[in-house]
Amino acid sequence: MNLRSVAADPTAATTAPTAELVDATASLGGRTVWSGVNLTVEPGEFVAVIGPNGAGKSTLVKVLLGLLPLAGGEARVLGRPPGEASDRIGYLPQRRSFDPGLRVRGVDVVRLGLDGDRWGVPLPGLGRIRRRRGEDDRRVDEVLRLVGATGYAQRPVGRVSGGEQQRLLIAQALVRRPALMLLDEPLDSLDLPNQAAVAALISSICRDQGVTVMLVAHDVNPILSSLDRVVYVAGGGAVAGTPHDVIRSDILSRLYGTPIEVLTTSDGRLVIVGHPEAPARNCDRHRQQG
Amino acid sequence: MIPAHWAAQGPGVGLNWNLVQDLRQLFEFHFMVNAFRAGTVVAVAAGLLGWFMVLRAQSFAGHTLAVAGFPGAAGATLVGLNPAWGFFAFCGAGAAIIAAVPRARAGTQGAGFSEESAAIGTVQAVALALGFLFVSLYHGFLNGINALLFGTFLGITDAQVGVLVAVAAVIVLALAIGGRQLLFASVDPDVAEARGVPVVALGVAFLLLLGFAAAEASQITGSLLVFALLVIPAATAQRLTARPAASIALSVVIAVAVTWLGLAAAYYSSYPIGFFVTTFGFAAYTLAQIATHRAGGRQA
Repeated sequence: MNLRSVAADPTAATTAPTAELVDATASLGGRTVWSGVNLTVEPGEFVAVIGPNGAGKSTLVKVLLGLLPLAGGEARVLGRPPGEASDRIGYLPQRRSFDPGLRVRGVDVVRLGLDGDRWGVPLPGLGRIRRRRGEDDRRVDEVLRLVGATGYAQRPVGRVSGGEQQRLLIAQALVRRPALMLLDEPLDSLDLPNQAAVAALISSICRDQGVTVMLVAHDVNPILSSLDRVVYVAGGGAVAGTPHDVIRSDILSRLYGTPIEVLTTSDGRLVIVGHPEAPARNCDRHRQQG
Repeated sequence: MIPAHWAAQGPGVGLNWNLVQDLRQLFEFHFMVNAFRAGTVVAVAAGLLGWFMVLRAQSFAGHTLAVAGFPGAAGATLVGLNPAWGFFAFCGAGAAIIAAVPRARAGTQGAGFSEESAAIGTVQAVALALGFLFVSLYHGFLNGINALLFGTFLGITDAQVGVLVAVAAVIVLALAIGGRQLLFASVDPDVAEARGVPVVALGVAFLLLLGFAAAEASQITGSLLVFALLVIPAATAQRLTARPAASIALSVVIAVAVTWLGLAAAYYSSYPIGFFVTTFGFAAYTLAQIATHRAGGRQA
């Protein structure tokens, strides 16, 4: 696979995969979501996780975060069992937007990504703490600039647009210089220009900051050109491949159970046409499994 | 004990509109000094926890905890105990019950709020009914019920102030240690959980602290007007600024200010303290609404 140096942490040996599942089985409430999954994500890769609703994409993310223990098999993240490396993972959950009445600034939300899990409150006047606060301030400013959110970071987070919130949340996930970012449908509920802009931002973070990115997506079109690999989750399992292996009309049609066409544009880009999330199909799925 | 309406009828207690003299008069009697001590301590605790309550949109839970204090205090009086113990016992128990409810919906992530509301409403109804029962069992209690529901500042003993200070100290210490994690867990529970913040445990601990804060505030404003100190200062502060540190500080300042003003107003009149505290709080909230509205739609 495509190996890149990991700028964020040079000690992370390039030989060790960023995330690894071996014969893994996950179950939720006694129901097996997927089983027998083997998956390796190498450092610096940009990986998309696709598949129908209810197939277990978010479950995969939760397993890697250590929030859901595997029912069988083995998982390692950044060379350690899931959950032990959580301070080096940036996570953007599948989300609702913030409540419009939430009276906390965007910059505060980003800052909580940096120090929200620390005990105690910072007291002014203590030299060491003040120095660390200065560093923290600089880091928060830096990521806000990186995602282009400086202009609205001082406004209450519930009052900025969905695209702006998503940028703030990416900044929050990025603020601790993670080695791995797990993004659960970051492009959902964004309009097309915002989808393209946020997708470009994520792929530039992956490339320039050397962060491994795993992104759960319904629609891979906005990120297709920069993807290294695609993991598709469906039918109780998961398989990984390069975009050209997986993004094919026959495979996607089988995966979603609805006709999907993959076209190649004149400059060699792939474009997916069809309705990967046909509502009727999803209802069927949940009924079969539930 | 000082009889009700003493303040209005007692000799020499009247507003002269001479600020120095009025202030000296305000602190002339020990019961009034104690009222200010107790009121200040209670306002600090309520201003702090109320801020997180408003942020977490748990006002209904807070209101129910406050109402739970009413049967506690009535029951304590019935068996001859100090009402303060009843407030603490029942508010604490109410918090434990409410905290136990959300865990029943494990696995449904995020979508359990309506169930939680129904459970909290049930607790509130039972609390009110129990309180009414205890009041009925205790014949000739009619004068005291007003104090339990709408507050009093008379006859607060040194020992009571000591208890209020101790409980408030626990609240302040707990927030000093875990406040930032609680903020993270309140604003962004999913990410906080992934970062190893004990979101569920913090939620339970917060409800217990909120119960104690409600029990404290009940002893000044009465069970039904606890919101004057728990909600109004916090909502006003959050209206005025979106900076968490400034907002929390402002919430405490407003809570203390309306309590002092309320105490002074109640001292110089024959009307109940709960009314004055609520009215001053309401005025502050209204002014904040108008001010931020006029400051333009960008912030508001």
